[in-house]
Amino acid sequence: MTMEKVLEVKDLQISFDTFAGKVNAIRGVSFELFKGETLAIVGESGSGKSVTTRSIMRLLSSNANIDNGEILFKGEDIVHKTEKQMQTIRGKEIAMIFQDPMTSLDPTMPIGKQVAESLIKHNKVSKKEGLDQALELLKLVGIPNAEKRLKNYPHQFSGGQRQRIVIAIALICYPEVLIADEPTTALDVTIQAQILELLKDLQQKISTSIIFITHDLGVVANVADRVAVMYGGRLVEVGTSEEIFYNPQHPYTWGLLGSMPTMEGTEDKLYAIPGSPPDLLDPPKGDAFYPRNEFAMKIDAEEAPPYFEVSPTHKAATWLLAPQAPKITPPAEIVRRWAIYAERHNTTAGGVK
Amino acid sequence: MIITLWLIATITFFLMQLLPGTPYTNQEKLSPETIAMLNKQSGLDKPVIVQYGIYLKNLLVGDFGISFQFKNQPVAKLLVGRIGPSVQLGAQAIVFGTLVGILLGIIAAMRQNTWVDTLATLMAILGRSIPNFVFAVLLQYIFAMKLKVLPIAMWNGFAYTILPTIALAMSPMADSARFIRTEMVEVLHSDYVELARAKGLSRWQVAVRHGLRNSLIPLITLLGPLAVGLMTGSLVVENIFAIPGIGEQFVKSIMTNDYPTIMAVTILYSALLVFVILIVDLLYGLIDPRIRVSGGAKG
Amino acid sequence: METVDLNNVPEKIKKIPANDFQPLDTSTTKERERIATPSLSFLQDSWRRLKKNKAAVISLVFLGIIIFISIITIWVSPHDPTQQNVAYINLPPRIPFLDSINGFNGTANVAGKMVDKYAQANVPDNVNFYLGTDGLGRDVLSRLFMGTRISLLIAFIAALLDITIGVTYGLISGLLGGRVDTVMQRVLEVLSGIPNLVVMILMLTVFDPGILSIVLAMVITNWISMARIVRAQTLKLKDQEFVLAAQTLGESRLKIAIKHILPNISSVIIVQMMFSIPSAIFFEAFLSFIGLGLRPPTASLGTLLNEGYKTFRFLPYLMWIPAVTLSVVMICFNLLADGLRDAFDPKMKE
Repeated sequence: MTMEKVLEVKDLQISFDTFAGKVNAIRGVSFELFKGETLAIVGESGSGKSVTTRSIMRLLSSNANIDNGEILFKGEDIVHKTEKQMQTIRGKEIAMIFQDPMTSLDPTMPIGKQVAESLIKHNKVSKKEGLDQALELLKLVGIPNAEKRLKNYPHQFSGGQRQRIVIAIALICYPEVLIADEPTTALDVTIQAQILELLKDLQQKISTSIIFITHDLGVVANVADRVAVMYGGRLVEVGTSEEIFYNPQHPYTWGLLGSMPTMEGTEDKLYAIPGSPPDLLDPPKGDAFYPRNEFAMKIDAEEAPPYFEVSPTHKAATWLLAPQAPKITPPAEIVRRWAIYAERHNTTAGGVK
Repeated sequence: MIITLWLIATITFFLMQLLPGTPYTNQEKLSPETIAMLNKQSGLDKPVIVQYGIYLKNLLVGDFGISFQFKNQPVAKLLVGRIGPSVQLGAQAIVFGTLVGILLGIIAAMRQNTWVDTLATLMAILGRSIPNFVFAVLLQYIFAMKLKVLPIAMWNGFAYTILPTIALAMSPMADSARFIRTEMVEVLHSDYVELARAKGLSRWQVAVRHGLRNSLIPLITLLGPLAVGLMTGSLVVENIFAIPGIGEQFVKSIMTNDYPTIMAVTILYSALLVFVILIVDLLYGLIDPRIRVSGGAKG
Repeated sequence: METVDLNNVPEKIKKIPANDFQPLDTSTTKERERIATPSLSFLQDSWRRLKKNKAAVISLVFLGIIIFISIITIWVSPHDPTQQNVAYINLPPRIPFLDSINGFNGTANVAGKMVDKYAQANVPDNVNFYLGTDGLGRDVLSRLFMGTRISLLIAFIAALLDITIGVTYGLISGLLGGRVDTVMQRVLEVLSGIPNLVVMILMLTVFDPGILSIVLAMVITNWISMARIVRAQTLKLKDQEFVLAAQTLGESRLKIAIKHILPNISSVIIVQMMFSIPSAIFFEAFLSFIGLGLRPPTASLGTLLNEGYKTFRFLPYLMWIPAVTLSVVMICFNLLADGLRDAFDPKMKE
C-alpha cells in the first residue's frame, strides 16, 4: 500500500430538501483513500454512509444539494464537473456495486450484454470484443460454465452469483476506485465470506482501491486496511484497522465494538447503545452522539469536538481526549482490547500513546 | 374459454326470447294465420328448448340465421362483407394510438414533474375524458366542414380512413401513454437503472436500453381492455363516418330489432375478445424472459 | 474540522474550563427519542399530497360547483326544461348583459344578415334564453342543467351499487379463500369475457329504456372490476400479520373484514369509484347517443348530444354545449381520480 492519494474528500456538506425542511445529511466529512487500500466506512442506518458514496459518483437524488466541500479525484475536484464529464468517470474510473443483487440487474437483458455494456461505451470496442472481455471477467469472478451462460438472464442465477456478476460489471474497465455499498448485507453468511474473498483477490489482480460501506464490524475486520466510523453525518473516528479494533477512543466506537458478540469476551451481556440516531432535520449542537453517550460531559452538549490526533494514522473527535478531560474507564470489553493493544505495542494501556 | 362463448351464446339467446313483439313489420296488419305461417317458416313456433338446440347447432356451423332486416340475406353473409373495413379501421387505430401513446409516455416519464410531463399527461387525460364520438364530430367539423381538407364520411380510399382512425385512436393513445408513464417512472427508480447510471450511461441511454423493454412488457396486458374500447368506439365512429363496417350494421340492427344479427354480432364480439385475451397470454409468455426461459442451473 | 496534535494543544482548547468536562447529568432521553418531523395520520398525509396537485384541487372545486348547481336547479331553473313552445324553436342565445356581442344578443346570421330572431318570434323582452332554444322550443340551458343532473345521478347510483356488490363479492371471495374463492373467481373470469357494451345493449334492447334499466345495465357489467381489485387487495392484506393477530385474538371473520381490511382498502375503493363514475357517465351518454338510452323528453347529456347531432350541420352549438359539458365533467373526474390515486400511494416519490 503506497501513500499515493487516489481520492480525497474535503469537508463535504450535503443537505436534502424535504417537505419537512432541510435535512443536513452530511455535516463536514473529510477522508482520504490511498492507492491499493481498502477503506471501510462503518455506521448505522441513517448515518450518511450511502449519501457519501453516492455523492462521489454524483448520483444523488434531485432534491440533494452539495452545499460545501471538495471531492478530489486524481487531483481534480469532481463536485463541479458536468453530467457529461461524470459519465466518462462513472463505470470507467470509479465504479460501484450495490447492496441487493436481486434487483441490481436488468431482468430483461442477457448478463453478457450487461457486463459488456460499460466497456463498449467507455473503450469504444466492438460488441464482439465487449462480449469476449465480459466472458473473461465472468470467469474471473468465478461463474462456472461462463461461455454458455453469457446469454442467460439474471433470474437464472442465484443471489451469490448475481453479486459476482455485479462485481464483474464494476470491474470490467479496471477502475481506480471501487465503491462497495454493503455488497454482502443481502447475502447468506457463507456466500458473504465467498464474496469477500473474491473482492480481496480481485483487488490485487486489478489493483483497485476499495471503499467498503457496511454496518457489520465482523466484515470490516475481514477486509479493511483502514476504518472510518460515521455517526450523525460526521466521521467520529478514523484509523487503521488495528487501531480501531484495539485502541478505540470514541464512545460510539466503543458501543459498536461492545455490541459485537465475540468468543473472547468475558461479559455475558451484550452492550447495547440505547436510543436512536439523531434527527438531522435539526442536528444537535455539540457532539451528535451525546444523548446516547453514558460518558457524555457538559461540553459535549455545547460544542462539537475537533479531531484529536492519537497517532499519525489515528484520530478521534471526542472531548475525552482533551487534556482537561477526566480519566474514565471504558466498558470492560474495551479495556480488554486496550490491553491487547498495549501488549502488542509494548506500551501502557489506555488513552493515547 | 369455450365455456365463456357458450355462456354468451346462451344468454344472448334467452335474452332475445324476452324481446317484446315480433320482428315482422306491420304486424297489426297481418292476420293470425299469416303470422302462424311466418312463425313456422322462421321456426319461431317450436318450443323454446328446441329452438335453442337448433340455434346452437347452427352456430357451430357458422349459420347465424336470416336477417330480419334484410329479408333474404343470411346474417353470416351480411356480416362477412363488413369485417374488412372494421378490421382495417381497428388495426390502424390501435397501431397509431399505441405508438403515439408510448412516445408520449416515455417523454412524460423522463421529464417527470416538468411542464412536458404535465402537458403529455393532460393530453392523455383529454384523450380519455372526451368521448370518442365527440372527437369524431369535432374532427369532422374542423377538417371536413371548415378546412375541407379531408372527406367527411364514407370509405372510399385511404384518405377516408384518416379521420376515423384518429377518432378511434384517442382512447388507446391516452391509455397507453398513462400506462407507459407510470411503468417507466417506476422502472427509472429501480436499482438496476441506478446501476446502469453508475456504469456511466447517459440518462437517455439508460431509459432506452433498460427502461423501455421493462416498461413495454406490462403494456401487453392492456391489449384486452384496449380491444374492448375499440369495439365500443367503432360502433359510434363507424356510424358518424358512415363506414360500412360491423359496428354500423350493429347499430342499425338494434334500431330495426333484427334479432339474429344482433345475436350474431354479440357472439362475434365476444369471441373476438376471448381470442384477444388468449393472444395476450401467449404474447406475454413469449416476450418476458422470466417466463420464456425457465430457471436454468442454479448454484 | 481541524486536528489537534496532543503534543501541541492550541490555546483555544486549553482555555476551556475544567468544569465543562464534568459529566452531563441531565436526563437525555427526551433529546434522543425526539422525532423532529411532524407526524401525520394516513388521511392527513394523503390530503396534504392531494392539495399539492393543483389540477386535482381545481377539479374538485369545479365538480363541487357543478354538483351544487345540478341539485339547486331541481327547484330553481331559468325555465322549465321540458316545456315545449313551438313558437320559440331554435332561438339563438340571448344574454341581457352581452347585448352588443353577436351570438349572445338574440340575433342569428340568416343568409348573410343578422336577424333578430327573438323579435321574429315575438318573444317578450324579459324572457331570455341564455343558451338559446332547441328544435322544440325548450330552453337549452335548463335542459343542460337537467341533463347534467340526470347523468350524474345515474353515474353515482351506478357507482354506489357497483361498490356494494363488488366490494362484498371481493371481500367474501378473498377472505373465504379455498374452493369458494376459486369458484367465485371462475365465475368472474367467465363473466368478464363478455364485453360490457354487448351486455348493456342486450339488456337495453330487452328492457324498456329508462333510468332504472340503464343503471341496472351498468351495474351488471361494472361490478366485476371492483370485485377483482377488492379481492386482490384482500388477498394481499389477508397474509399480513395484523390480520393474523386479529384472528388469534378470536375476532370473527366478519369483524375482521369490516374493522381491519375495509379501512385499509378504502383508498383503493375510493379511487376505483372515482374512475368508474366518468366511465358510467360515458356509457350513458354513448347509449343515449345511439338511441338506446334515455328517451326524450328526459334530458341527459347523452340525449342532448343525440338531439344536437341531428341538427349539427345547421346549429352546431346544440351539440357543442352538451359535448363541452360532458367533456369538462369527465376531465374533472379523471383528474380528481388520478390525484386521489397518487395521493393515497405512500410510495410516490415526492
